[in-house]
Amino acid sequence: MVHIPILRQGKPYKSMDVTKAFHYRTGEQLAEISQANIGLIRRDLLRQGEMHAILQGFTTRELIGMAKKAAKHFAEDGLPLGDSMQSPDEIVKQITGTTGSPNVMVRRNMEKVRGVLDSMETVLAGLTRLPDLDMLDRGHGDIGGRALSFFPRGHSMGVILPSNSPGVHSLWAPAIAFKIPLILKPGGSEPWTPYRIVQAYIKAGVPAEVFGYYSTNHGGGGEILRQTGRGMLFGDVGAAKAWAGDPRIEIHGPGYSKIVLADEGAKNWEKYLDLMADSIAQNSGRSCVNCSSIWTTANAKEIAEALAERFAKIAPRAEDDPEAAVAPFASPDIARRISAMIDAEMEGVEDLVEKKRGTPRVAEKDGCTYVLPAIVQCAKEHALANREFLFPYASVVQVNAEELPDCLGPTLVCSAITSDKALQQRLLASNHIGRLNFGPISTMKISWDQPHEGNLFDHLYARRAFQSVLESVA
Amino acid sequence: MSTAIAPELELQVQASRAALDAHVREIIQWHFNPDTGCPFWLDWAKNAGWDPRKEVHCYADLDKFGNFEDDWLRGGPVRRWVPKAYADKPVYVFETGGSTGVPKSRVQINDFRIDYEMFSNTLPDEAFPRGSDWLMLGPSGPRRLRLAVEHLAQHRGGISFCVDLDPRWVIKLIKRGEIREAELYKQHCIDQALTILRANKVECMFTTPKLLEALCEKINLAKYGMKGVFCGGTEMTPQFHRFAVEELLGPDVYFAPTYGNTLMGLATHRAPAKEDNWAIIYYPPAPRAVLEVVHPDRTGELVPYGGTGRVRLTTLTKETFIPRFLERDECEREAPCAQYPWDGVRNVRPFSRFQKSVVEGVY
Repeated sequence: MVHIPILRQGKPYKSMDVTKAFHYRTGEQLAEISQANIGLIRRDLLRQGEMHAILQGFTTRELIGMAKKAAKHFAEDGLPLGDSMQSPDEIVKQITGTTGSPNVMVRRNMEKVRGVLDSMETVLAGLTRLPDLDMLDRGHGDIGGRALSFFPRGHSMGVILPSNSPGVHSLWAPAIAFKIPLILKPGGSEPWTPYRIVQAYIKAGVPAEVFGYYSTNHGGGGEILRQTGRGMLFGDVGAAKAWAGDPRIEIHGPGYSKIVLADEGAKNWEKYLDLMADSIAQNSGRSCVNCSSIWTTANAKEIAEALAERFAKIAPRAEDDPEAAVAPFASPDIARRISAMIDAEMEGVEDLVEKKRGTPRVAEKDGCTYVLPAIVQCAKEHALANREFLFPYASVVQVNAEELPDCLGPTLVCSAITSDKALQQRLLASNHIGRLNFGPISTMKISWDQPHEGNLFDHLYARRAFQSVLESVA
Repeated sequence: MSTAIAPELELQVQASRAALDAHVREIIQWHFNPDTGCPFWLDWAKNAGWDPRKEVHCYADLDKFGNFEDDWLRGGPVRRWVPKAYADKPVYVFETGGSTGVPKSRVQINDFRIDYEMFSNTLPDEAFPRGSDWLMLGPSGPRRLRLAVEHLAQHRGGISFCVDLDPRWVIKLIKRGEIREAELYKQHCIDQALTILRANKVECMFTTPKLLEALCEKINLAKYGMKGVFCGGTEMTPQFHRFAVEELLGPDVYFAPTYGNTLMGLATHRAPAKEDNWAIIYYPPAPRAVLEVVHPDRTGELVPYGGTGRVRLTTLTKETFIPRFLERDECEREAPCAQYPWDGVRNVRPFSRFQKSVVEGVY
């Protein structure tokens, strides 16, 4: 039996309190996970200053080099998992086992993690926009003769991770290259990836002491966010609401990502059907960057029908099928509840995919429960117009160009396909859009030199006014 | 985990059961005698249609009362619980709960002293030296614990230093989501404790798990000369037990976990053994109180040794009679041992069916 320990400044610790992780389909126990009590977490976090000091002993270049090595270790090597070793193939099976996510999606997400580690220099350059990353070591420098200085906002970053999307780990992984220790609370069903990232970093030469890994309960997660200088939280609407307004915490809740089609974009919608389908359904629709609504100035009915036609072909497949396009739910109850939530709000509209498929949205195969894709066409005021669910779901909404972007509401990623300059300007000026793509770019496409959701550097560091006349001091 | 009574203990267990049965007869005679009993139970007997003095001959016969309803202890008049035999004695009223709604009350004359003197006999003198002073870092106000710990200290020849701590306010803060305020209040309590510890030689203390953690974030208790910590008030897991012994206190400070409440008194822990794997095993102060582990749905039925069930309390003192009270806790049923030849409870924790509604503050 695999045991996943707590990591206390990198040292494995087996708790008396353990939870069990089971295979979503067979019910086989896959792991025993040590749980940290709140007092233990608090006690360890008294040493954040020491952890931070350790990373200050490295240059950014050295840490970027270690991240690059860690990328290789993460993707290719056997790495410690408790008392045993874990191969890359094993972690794929383990993640599939506890989350239900098909192998093909797990591999895609692992590649995302490898990518960010391997491209750390590009990532840091994109996040900092500094011409010279050595400025991070000096803490000051100048751009075009203008002085610049930074200081860390805290001694560590606490991260409360989700259970449903291994891809998000690429967001916090760069903190080490920014010399900020990590205090991680893994999701209950996905303890695997963060543990492996830590082990890959350690094998690459990053001191184990700068990592805390604490599987714990809700209270323990709260304590991590309260006690660390900076925090990152992945959670649902309720979790996000509880921490809203705390500037120390970067909240990653539902994304409500969108595709906007206007003028020529709406007219030539067929050209973008693949892009729309990919944005909605990739990763089984479980990412905050998955498109959950399409806002178009024309042809909404045709777009919705075409997407429905395509999604009606998606069926449950085996977890190791490379064509698997939809992930089962580890808990059948959750699948049924999500589907029921949609049905409860279906007033005046219909699920066009369900209609074309001719079978219910909730499907069973080989003992697993799936929610198959859903598309609705509705007015902008409809309750389902701007919603996000943990499966491939999207609304298609027709609006007048003048209503855009005010009608969109909070939007993590907006891919706008339009040649309307005025609309482009309005989108650029919108304070509701986290990442703006102009042109046929999938909402799922990540560019490593672009901040994804919030800017990790801005989150971890603040600028200060700075002047220096050091020779007069000497 | 013991799943049966060891054969060599059989005689001891039988003797303790006989003593319990005799104690039950005495207590029933007392509480249902119009000259000594309290108005509540005398009225109850009038309406019950049966006479406990005639029909209760042993502990098992207490099943005839059914489960005690905790609402009977809420509100007043509290004087209905004062036994007539003690009507002219100084009476204390201790409360439990009350952060929202009406607290439960228990009247006492001397029970808290008796319970804590019994508990005192279980404390090792080397860890809780006679004559040494105590810190009571726990709830103040209408709580039995505050006076009981003070009596324990005095009984052992020491002074008890106390802090101001209103646990109801803490629970209200937590329920309102004002975690930062709750944290500040906790620090306010710790500051009071530090002031006492810096000015006095204190070798023993009572505190709750959360306050122990908070205090140990500030100071090393062993370096301050602390020798023994008696801890209770909220749930303690095996992991906390280990954490407290290995990290919070270290090898030079004795850790005595307890399970108790205003209605029962104090259950003492069995000396930890390696095979217990940090489980915390408590035994009630029989025959004055009996803890049983019953099936969650069929509450008249005991679970087998090692089985999990709900805690059922029966309190049997001349001041208080509480038969078959279902606690908001669950645990495993522990077999008798040589030191305590009656049933114990292992790893007490909030009853899982109620867990969502239980808020534990600092106390």
